Amino acid sequence: MITWRGFLKRFLSDPVAIGAGIVLLILVVMAVLAPWVAPQNPYDLLQLNIMDSELPPSWRDGGDDRYWLGTDAQGRGVFSTILYGTGISLLIGIGAVIVQGILGVSIGLWAGYRGGWVDSFLMRLADIQMSLSTLMIAIIALALFQTAFDANIYADYAIIMLIVIIGVAEWPKFARTVRSSVLGEKNKEYVDAARVIGLPARKVMWIHILPNTLTPVLVISTIQVAEAIMTEAALSFLGLGMPVDKPSLGSLIRSGFEFIFSGSWWITLYPAIVLVALVLALNLLGDWLRDTLNPKLRRGDD
Amino acid sequence: MALLDVKDLHVAFPRGKKGEVEALRGVDLTLEKGQRLGVVGESGAGKSMLAFAILNLIADPGRVTKGSVIFDGQNLLTMSERQIRRIRGNRISMIFQDPMVTLNPVLSIGTQMIETLKAHRSISTREAHRLSVEKLNLVAIPSAESRMDSYPHELSGGLRQRVVIAIALLTDPELIIADEPTTALDVTIQAEIMSLILTLCRENDVALILITHDLGVVAEVTERLMIMYAGKCVETGRTRDIIDAPKHPYAVGLLKALPQNSTRGAKLYQIPGSMPPITNLPTGCPYHPRCERATDECRAAMPPLEHGVACFHPMHENRAHDDAEAAL
Repeated sequence: MITWRGFLKRFLSDPVAIGAGIVLLILVVMAVLAPWVAPQNPYDLLQLNIMDSELPPSWRDGGDDRYWLGTDAQGRGVFSTILYGTGISLLIGIGAVIVQGILGVSIGLWAGYRGGWVDSFLMRLADIQMSLSTLMIAIIALALFQTAFDANIYADYAIIMLIVIIGVAEWPKFARTVRSSVLGEKNKEYVDAARVIGLPARKVMWIHILPNTLTPVLVISTIQVAEAIMTEAALSFLGLGMPVDKPSLGSLIRSGFEFIFSGSWWITLYPAIVLVALVLALNLLGDWLRDTLNPKLRRGDD
Repeated sequence: MALLDVKDLHVAFPRGKKGEVEALRGVDLTLEKGQRLGVVGESGAGKSMLAFAILNLIADPGRVTKGSVIFDGQNLLTMSERQIRRIRGNRISMIFQDPMVTLNPVLSIGTQMIETLKAHRSISTREAHRLSVEKLNLVAIPSAESRMDSYPHELSGGLRQRVVIAIALLTDPELIIADEPTTALDVTIQAEIMSLILTLCRENDVALILITHDLGVVAEVTERLMIMYAGKCVETGRTRDIIDAPKHPYAVGLLKALPQNSTRGAKLYQIPGSMPPITNLPTGCPYHPRCERATDECRAAMPPLEHGVACFHPMHENRAHDDAEAAL
């Protein structure tokens, strides 16, 4: 077992972890506080002026002091949209992982504990799901949804749709991880003891086995948040993600991409840097967490 | 009426396409209220299997193929899962061998105790907490109140086993099955834990099935004894009688193998050979390849359990007595 103190000590002795942690913290705080720290609200059409469109960053010729990182084609400040967009990207990433986690953990727990045909059936289902790429499933589902409903309705439900689709498409990763841990745990004597106590299978699974399988779940969760954010960005870049008036980092990159050859590189570049920083920080933290929580890689110093 | 009455219990595991191997091959057992029974045998004799079969908790793919387990008038083997859960951990508790692994490592002692109580009684958490502390005090755990928040890894082996015993006592069971409760503990603590179990059983009139390798412990704690070999009971009776005058050659061998029964400086006695695996049992009496008294009769047929012993050529009362005397 690793204690909180040991965990903190380990964190503070790893410069990569500290760096990634700080970057992530800054991005999350800025995203959460966006409505208060952003110089303007990019969702409020009244605050936008089309005359301000495609202004370069403030330190360059023609830049405007109100728009630190310049503006996009609709006259929205790139800095403000990045703050709001990071929030949307994080929301989708975390939301999708929660969906994945709930689905995957339940299915994995059930499959691992029951074994037999239940296990075989659910795991073959996972195999099938994994053989279809997430992007492909998302493209089909979102394209169908967009044609079936009005674009305005789509815009309202885009966040929920993305969360559900990315969540559903990626459940096998959690299910397999949890299942393999459950297989390792379920023959331990404390599980026998719990059954001998007279607890129903449901309680044995959720109260006794689940907490013992959470370490790998925690590790893949961080990496899956990064992956979900990337998937969302890719979908937005393909025009299937967040609509232009409520941009995520992905849709910002896409909207700026059209102007790159007309010289307005800042619309694409800055959101891209933030996206890369966000995903990189999450992945580094995930790797660090995996190494830290893996007793085999741990030195005996806690 | 007996508290527990096990009749002709068979447990089998599938092997290959159609075959089956029997881990228990017809075990009978009766236990009165408050009575203490020792179950002794080598590893693999089916002792733990018996414990799990009594609670109808044989793990897949094994199953009980025949027999009945009547507890207080009800057959545990034909009950619904819901009904038997009211008995497991409530009227019958179990203590396992290794307290290191029987307590859930990520849940606090208190959580595990309160949860057990709440599974069987509709009481408030506060009340469950109070009862749990009471039981921790009963098993002589110092500063019980603060131990409720401890995690298993923070306790020593002896303390952990005390917690396991406290959990087993939580619901005031009528029967406790203790599966080698002291094997994993330090020798110094073994006697302490054993006498704790004995005292608690005596004071609360709880019946005990003590599964162990240790004939010495059995002699001190139990009133009745059952010796198992290859999934069968080979000798049963009053503990004193068997220890004083074992009839089955296997029981004789086990007693002779006790270090305290050998001459100082002489090589320790051991029964020649080892127990056959249940997948490859010899014909007739499973003990005959190791038995010096074996005859063709033993090789041909399994002797029935008569007068407490399953042997065609049991030791004469006197002869056995002399052997034991000589060994001492």
